[in-house]
Amino acid sequence: MDEKRVLEMRGIYKIFPAVKALQNVDFSLNKGEIHALMGENGAGKSTLIKVLTGVYEKDGGTIELQGEGMVNIHSPQDAQKLGISTVYQEITLCPNLTVAENMFIGRGKGLITNWKQMNAEADKLLKMLDIPASATQQLGSCSIAVQQMVAIARAVDMDCKVLILDEPTSSLDEQEVEKLFGLMRDLKEMGVGIIFVTHFLDQVYEVCDKITVLRDGQLVGEYDIADLPRVQLVAKMLGKEMDDLSDIKGEEGSYQGEDADKKIFEATGLQSDAGIHPFDFYIKKGEVNGFTGLLGSGRSECVRAIFGADKVLGGTVKMKGKEIKINKPLDAMKNGIAYLPEDRKVDGIIGDLSVRDNIIMALQVLTGFWKPFSKAKANAFADEYIKKLNIKTASADTPIKSLSGGNQQKVILARWLLMHPEYLILDEPTRGIDVGTKVDIQKLVLELAKEGMSVTFISSETDEMLRTCSRLIVMRDRKVVGELSGEDLTQNKIMSTIAGESAV
Amino acid sequence: MSKNKTKKFEAGQILIPLIALILLALINLIVDPSFFKITPVVNNSGNTVLSGYLITILDYGSELGILAIGMTLVTAASGGQDISVGATIAIAGSAMLKIICGGVSRPTEVKNYVVTVIVAFVVACIVGMLCGAFNGTLVAVFKIQPMIATLILFTAGRSIAAWINNNELPIVPDPRFAYFGGFIPGIPIPTTVFIVAICIVIIALVLKFTNLGLYTQAVGINEKSSKLNGINPTFIKFLSFVILGLCVAVAALIKVSRLSTINYSVIAKDIEMDAILAVALGGNALSGGKFNMWSSILGAYVIQFLTTTLYKFHVQSDALAAYKAVVVIILVVFSAPTVREFFKKLFSFKKKPAQKGVA
Repeated sequence: MDEKRVLEMRGIYKIFPAVKALQNVDFSLNKGEIHALMGENGAGKSTLIKVLTGVYEKDGGTIELQGEGMVNIHSPQDAQKLGISTVYQEITLCPNLTVAENMFIGRGKGLITNWKQMNAEADKLLKMLDIPASATQQLGSCSIAVQQMVAIARAVDMDCKVLILDEPTSSLDEQEVEKLFGLMRDLKEMGVGIIFVTHFLDQVYEVCDKITVLRDGQLVGEYDIADLPRVQLVAKMLGKEMDDLSDIKGEEGSYQGEDADKKIFEATGLQSDAGIHPFDFYIKKGEVNGFTGLLGSGRSECVRAIFGADKVLGGTVKMKGKEIKINKPLDAMKNGIAYLPEDRKVDGIIGDLSVRDNIIMALQVLTGFWKPFSKAKANAFADEYIKKLNIKTASADTPIKSLSGGNQQKVILARWLLMHPEYLILDEPTRGIDVGTKVDIQKLVLELAKEGMSVTFISSETDEMLRTCSRLIVMRDRKVVGELSGEDLTQNKIMSTIAGESAV
Repeated sequence: MSKNKTKKFEAGQILIPLIALILLALINLIVDPSFFKITPVVNNSGNTVLSGYLITILDYGSELGILAIGMTLVTAASGGQDISVGATIAIAGSAMLKIICGGVSRPTEVKNYVVTVIVAFVVACIVGMLCGAFNGTLVAVFKIQPMIATLILFTAGRSIAAWINNNELPIVPDPRFAYFGGFIPGIPIPTTVFIVAICIVIIALVLKFTNLGLYTQAVGINEKSSKLNGINPTFIKFLSFVILGLCVAVAALIKVSRLSTINYSVIAKDIEMDAILAVALGGNALSGGKFNMWSSILGAYVIQFLTTTLYKFHVQSDALAAYKAVVVIILVVFSAPTVREFFKKLFSFKKKPAQKGVA
């Protein structure tokens, strides 16, 4: 093995009865290298990581580690002993313990803990890694980014040679991401090999040295970052040449009905108990608009107020010119408003229920307590949308929680489309899902709008919104601070409006 | 255990109580096949009725089977259990007696027997549902942990029951009142079997023709999400407690009828634990969410089967609980997800379960 190599996986096979998970995949990692592992949902990234960390046993191939030779990893403990550490998307530390306790938990020798020494060591490490936290602080009081960094510090302190970061940035805002990248670069200097799994292309190009692309459980290739421009990366992930994304708006055209100028939904002085300033809002038939602003600027709170998801405190709401009352989600649903929530896991999926039950849920509730769908009807609905949205699931009976993120999102989308709403609100529908599905969803939004559905689309990725929305409402500090449309719909204009410079 | 069985584990959770039932039956079959003998005998009132251990199980498992229906819904919706059912049976039963006996402790006759009993039963239902509504309000509206919320009636219930009848123990003079917990002349099968059958049919119809099952499971699995789908989680939780209250009233009817009177401190004692156990034995998660009603009801009869078996082996009634505990530990451990997972792995190392390797 090359001297610089810390990890070399050769010809890895992993076979599940229903799914071809990994076929003859090679992966290698050098010392002091940040290596992106890319692929769509279901491409085999997670499986490869799980084979490496001992969660799954491999069915073929070899894993070689620097200084250890050929290794067999049977459990996550094995992996940790060999210096392979993983930091997951969801923080797996204990928020009610201190930072130091979290860093050393489960690693004490014997029953007695020397608290003073532990705290001192923790502080030393935090300082070395430039993490803005102190040893005795409660972990829960740190920001998510710092918590993630503490998780990394814990991993680093366990002498890790290979650090796996599985979607660490999906719940961080831009500044926090920068801090995390700083830490990653420091670790790189120290010679740690880092495997970075993410859906954000920008981030890959910002910190990574190399990219390995997987598709359908097979290796597409390993590339130096300089050799692989963005468009090609996406093309490789999808396995086809990508039609230029920015064109999808033009392709679809817009809704051309007679009532195209009619306001479908209108709110004046709407206010909820989630702490947003009262705001005015409207959407026309067949229009796609969006709320934009930084994380925490009140985007989600606005749409939640429209849907009645938070307690509505005041304001008037009109649907097609007629004043209505929306006090709870059911009121909104009855008026033809659908809402896909921001946090899929917490607010969206009903994990243990089947894909079918998850799809029919909203329409079923709307139909009424006394009128359950027959099995045949429920199946027909489910099958229709599984096909329509190309949802990858073993069957309609599969619990939704065992689907991948993108497919879960499609199920939730199917749930609301089945209701045939007049006004559809999508809050971060593309978060944490693969590029292919992202494009699918954006195209779908434009298609729906063309057919006359009004859609409010919220995304953290501004370019997605520019691609889909014809009007953007800009928010800052829980207040609507501007509205952009037509010529003004540019990245720069949005930025400056968010920042509050030279108002429109 | 065979490969076959591992497969069955995956097939459905009703197999958990079913296997337990079969095991218990096998033990009895080996030790003493006469356990399964059913013979017609003439009882005290001169009726020819069926008699045998199996009849005893069907008869005395009734209250538990009925309670299991409500407890399953409460567990699924609220992720907690109602420990006040024994005490509320006392309350509902006491209210029933008060109406039937007209507040007299030793009436000589019941006027307008049929109407009076119907009124008494309706009152018991209302009382049971009020108790359920009280628990349900604490749990659903005030978000108190179910076990703590129901601890109130658990503690106070039997006193309230005694207070309703001024601490007297009224005795129903009419022999017909004993029909509910005994036999109707001319029918050799215990009346309780029919009562349970009616309850099962009702809940089956409710689950088929309403969305109670779907809503309850949705609320139990993800309250926030179910709310965003237009379900009212507070109401669903409240409703589950009220339904349990109704089950309590039916159980109270049987309990009181068996004695034609009541003993406030003893009636339906510890039945809440058996009812919770029935739900657990049915393979339902006590943390709520998905449920299988039939599995719970079967679980209730498994418990009664076990109790009857132990009695047959002349286990002292004081020691019964300890024996039961041992058997329960075994049953519950074997139906625990981790153990099931272990067996799944053990017996299918070649055919791995269909996990999905989705990235």
